[in-house]
Parts: sequence; C-alpha cells; structure tokens
Amino acid sequence: MTVYHEHDFHEDDFLYAHESGKKIIDKSYKATSYLKDVWSNFKKNKGAIIGFVIIVVIILMAAIGPSMNEHTYKSIIHGHECLTPRVPFLEKFGIFDGSYMGKDYYAIKGASDYYYWFGADTQGRDIWTRVWLGTRVSLIIAFSAVVIDICFGMVYGLVSGFFGGIVDILMQRFAEILNGVPTLVVVTLLGLVLPAGMVSIIFALMITGWIPMERIARAQVMKVKEQEYVLASRTLGASRLAIIFQEILPNIFGQVIITSMLSIPSAIFLEAYLSFLGLGVPAPLASLGSLVADGYKSMTTFPHILAVPVIIMSLLMLSFNLFADGLRDAFDPKQLNR
Amino acid sequence: MKKYITKRILISIATLFFILLVLFILMDLMPGSPFNDEKLSEAQIAALYVKYGLDKPVVIRFFLYVKNMLSGDLGVSYAINKNFAISQMVKERLGISILVGAMAMGFGTIFGLILGITSALKHNSWIDNLSSIISVIGVSVPSYVCAMLLAYFIAFKLKLFPVLYNKSLPVFSLILPALALSVSPMANIARFTRSEMIDVLSSDYISLVQSMGIKDNKMIATHAMRNTLIPVITVMGPILVNLLTGSSVIEKIFGIPGIGSLMINGIQMNDYNVTIACAFVYSVMYIIMMLIVDILYGVIDPRIRISKEEK
Repeated sequence: MTVYHEHDFHEDDFLYAHESGKKIIDKSYKATSYLKDVWSNFKKNKGAIIGFVIIVVIILMAAIGPSMNEHTYKSIIHGHECLTPRVPFLEKFGIFDGSYMGKDYYAIKGASDYYYWFGADTQGRDIWTRVWLGTRVSLIIAFSAVVIDICFGMVYGLVSGFFGGIVDILMQRFAEILNGVPTLVVVTLLGLVLPAGMVSIIFALMITGWIPMERIARAQVMKVKEQEYVLASRTLGASRLAIIFQEILPNIFGQVIITSMLSIPSAIFLEAYLSFLGLGVPAPLASLGSLVADGYKSMTTFPHILAVPVIIMSLLMLSFNLFADGLRDAFDPKQLNR
Repeated sequence: MKKYITKRILISIATLFFILLVLFILMDLMPGSPFNDEKLSEAQIAALYVKYGLDKPVVIRFFLYVKNMLSGDLGVSYAINKNFAISQMVKERLGISILVGAMAMGFGTIFGLILGITSALKHNSWIDNLSSIISVIGVSVPSYVCAMLLAYFIAFKLKLFPVLYNKSLPVFSLILPALALSVSPMANIARFTRSEMIDVLSSDYISLVQSMGIKDNKMIATHAMRNTLIPVITVMGPILVNLLTGSSVIEKIFGIPGIGSLMINGIQMNDYNVTIACAFVYSVMYIIMMLIVDILYGVIDPRIRISKEEK
C-alpha cells in the first residue's frame, strides 16, 4: 500500500492571501470593454494592420501628393509626352533614369532639367500629380457613396424591421425589385443621362448600393426587437424613435463599419468601370479609373502610364479588403479560429 | 415550396416591369434626339417621329414599348448600323457572351474548389496561407486589370495567345478573357469553400465517420464534400453579378463581339436604342440567373425557404 500523507499539516502551513502583504488581482480573467477587446483582436491580424497602414499612407498621399512638385494636374508641357519615370537619387543606379528603349529621352526631348517621378502621360502631364489627384477623386467618390448608402440603408432597414406588418412588406418588396436590377445597368444608364461629374457618379452608385446595409439593419432589428430589454424600455414609455436609436442601433455598429469598409472597394471598382466606358469624371480632372482607361490606350508602347494607376488602385482595394477582413474577425471573435 | 417559387417568379416579373419602365423613362430623358442631323427639315423630322412611333401619348407608347420588348423586337439602331434591327445584332452576339461567361464560371469553380478544399484539408499550413493570399488578391484586383495584365504579358509579350478575338479560333482566343473573368469567382468560391469545409470537418458527424474507420479520402468525397458544396450555391448570386459587370469591359479589351462591347459601342456612339436594348438583355439574363439561384437555394436548404416564406 502506498502512503498518502508523508507528513501532517500544521496550522501555519498556509497563509491567507491578504496576510501575505501582496495585492493579488486576478488578471487572467479581467473584464475588458468591448472596444478594447475588438482592438486587441484586431492587433493580432498582421494583414489587417498592413492594410490599415497602406490605406493611411495612400490617403495622406492623396491629400498632399498633388502639391509636392511644380506640376499641376492639367499643366501640359509640349514635347514631354510619354517620358518615363526619372527620380533624382535613384537615377544613379540605372533605374528610374528616364531612359526608354536604351535611350535617354529626357536629353533627346530637351527635358534634362525636369524630373517626372512617375513619368509623363501622352499629353505631357505629370503622372505623379495626376495619380494622386485621381486617388483623391476616387476616394471622395467612394467614401461619399458609402456614407450615403449606410445612412439611407440603415434608416430604411431600421424602419422596415421595427414597424413590421404592411410597412415592412411594402418596403421589402420595393427593395427586392430594386435589387433585381443589375447595378451595371443602373450605373451605365444614369451615367448616360446625368451630366458628367463627381456628383452624378456618386448618385449612380447609391441607387442600388444601400440595399446590403438595409438587409443587415433589418435583420438585426428583427432579432433584437423581441428581446426583454427592448420590451422593458417600451413599458417604461420610451418612444419608438428612442428605442430604435438607443437600444437597437448600438447593436449593429460593428456590422455597419464592416459593410462600409467592404463597400468602398466595390465603389472604386464601379467608378473605374464607368470611366472605362467614357462616363467618368470629365477631363482634365482625373480619377483612378480614368487614368487606367487612358493608360490602357498606350499599354503596348508606354506601359508605365498604365502601371502606376493600376498598382495604386489594386493596392487600395486590397488594403480595404484586408482591413475589412480584420475588422470582421475582430468584431466577431467566434470566427477567429477558422 | 410552390408558394415560395410563385413568390420568387412574381417578384422577378415585377422587377422586369420596373426595369422596362425605367428604361422607357430614360429613353424620353436622353439628351438630344437621335435625329440631330442638320440636313433634316422640320417635316422630315416629324415624319421620322411618326415612323418610329414617337408622336403618340406617353402611356400608349409605354405599353407598345413593353409589348415590343417582350416579343423580342428591340427597335432599330440609329447610329451603329443604321436601321438595322437590334434584335438581330443581339442574336448574333449573345452566344459568344454566354460562352465567355460559362467558361469563366467553369474555370472559377474548378480552381476555386481545388484551392478551397486543399487549404481546408491542410489548415494553417503554408498551402493554406498561400491560397488565402491568392484569394484576397483575387477578390481585390478588378477583373479588367487582370485582363490587361494577361493581355500585356501573356498575349503581347509571350505571344502564347492572341491579343484580340480571332474568329477562326473562337474557343482558343476566349481562354484569356475567360481566365481574367474567372479570377474573382475563383477567389470567392475558394474563400467560401475553405471556411465551410473547416466547419464541416470539425463537426460531430465527421468525427463519428472517422471513428467508424472510414478512410480519409472516402470520408471527404462522400460526407464532407456534399455538405460543403451546398452552401457554396449562396455565393453564386454575387459572383454572377460581378461576372456580368466585368464581362462588358473585358469584351471591349479583347475585342470580343459580344453584348457588352455592343453596349459600350452604343454608349460611345450615342446610339441610345442599342444601349438600352443591351441593358434590357443584361437585365433579363440577370433576373433569370437570380431566379434560378434563388429557387435552387430554396430546394436545397429548406431553412431558407421557410424563413423567406415567413417574411
């Protein structure tokens, strides 16, 4: 038989925790606020952080890039057409030295005093300035469209879901019918009818853009409105509006942000699509889409004109997707370990 | 089930009418008239208006318009091919657009499933990471950027495929455009398949199957795959939407004589009739596809049917 107790316990073998003089707080199960939780989940996601940094950098460049050199987005210098990129320091290493097909075209065209960091386009305009201006225009269009979508879609969904009954049926049928119209068709036709410009594009993008947000808002309301705490506020005499905005809205906050981040790339894409059809912002103003469409025309001879806007547009869309993915995981930790 | 399908069909019909109404109103609002020729006298313009039925009251014109559109008479082209019936132009071009779309869908589904299933089976390995990166890039990069890259590097630099559509080699010259279009479906399907498959593999009934000693390959093929593939149908809707939007620009880039390039020509040559007819054809295709997806989804997953019926 084994001996279970090698020695007996004495009274002073154990100390009460508070008598030891140390303060002991249980840290492993410390309560954290919801947003702090989200942030700590978000931090773990490298892709999302990278996406976020790239977005910030691109937004900064869109803000200051166009005014970083002496060119403006519409200043044309004849003779400087299609010059390849030339950067002051890097030219010594044989890259970005403005040569094309082995010849120094800056010298041939008498532009040795000029530096076009991203090159010049087919009309002799500075691509650096135009690309960052185009990024600014694309971002403004995308952000405005998404903000309008979110606001309208949310109000529509909240009202439809909260009131229910015949209001809900009518509003849902309308949304379903509108949803059956392909965005491509809506955007194209409105682009045709409305005068060319940023406002028209934003308007065209929002016609069907609000529907996803509406669905999320409605589904959440349906889920939440039967719960006890909503009933409690109702019995306490809270008005319908107060219930919608104070009890229900905070519950869909996370999803609103995720949906809006996911809608921005698709807004940028649709804008670019419109520009490709020739229905984008009027020249000499530029957007990423119109720069891509212009660069495409000389793709085989001067690929650098196309490459710059394509790279920035793809980076931007990629970063927004990574960022939105990270946010989704952060707001919904149940999916994290997938 | 019957109730669900009837409801879906009714909504589709309502959508169709809504689109026709919008198209009709747009026709009236279009800037300028198709007869902007300065050589025409007032009387000649009036005669043209009568000829094209533009002199009747709005309501009658709308119903005439609906009747014409639904019976396949899409009007005549004003600019691209003067007085040529648009329905004829559409008929010649519809086949090739559908072929490109179907090829893209085929490529996308096959590669997407392979990518998604392998990364789910090798969860958290380098293959998984690689395919996640591929699918994020695929979701982010617009299809026409892919098309330009493929056209530049594979067709123009390496000369493996023709840059422009070649009538004598239809399927061969459609491979690049279809690949470019398939990138976004592929990425979407891969992402979705991966997360579904991981869910299924960690479920209790798979543990049961494994505990019964069934070999992995058989378990995946007969038990895991079925339950993974069913939800993948849910992403078909958004994928088809992307395909439709992407196809028109891609047709333009590769010079494919399809509906999309016809629509772009219509826009660029101010031939409103052609643009609107193409928009109508696109809408009809879209509505039919959505109807099929919705009904399939209802057939496969009774929960959706019931929750939609409750609405």
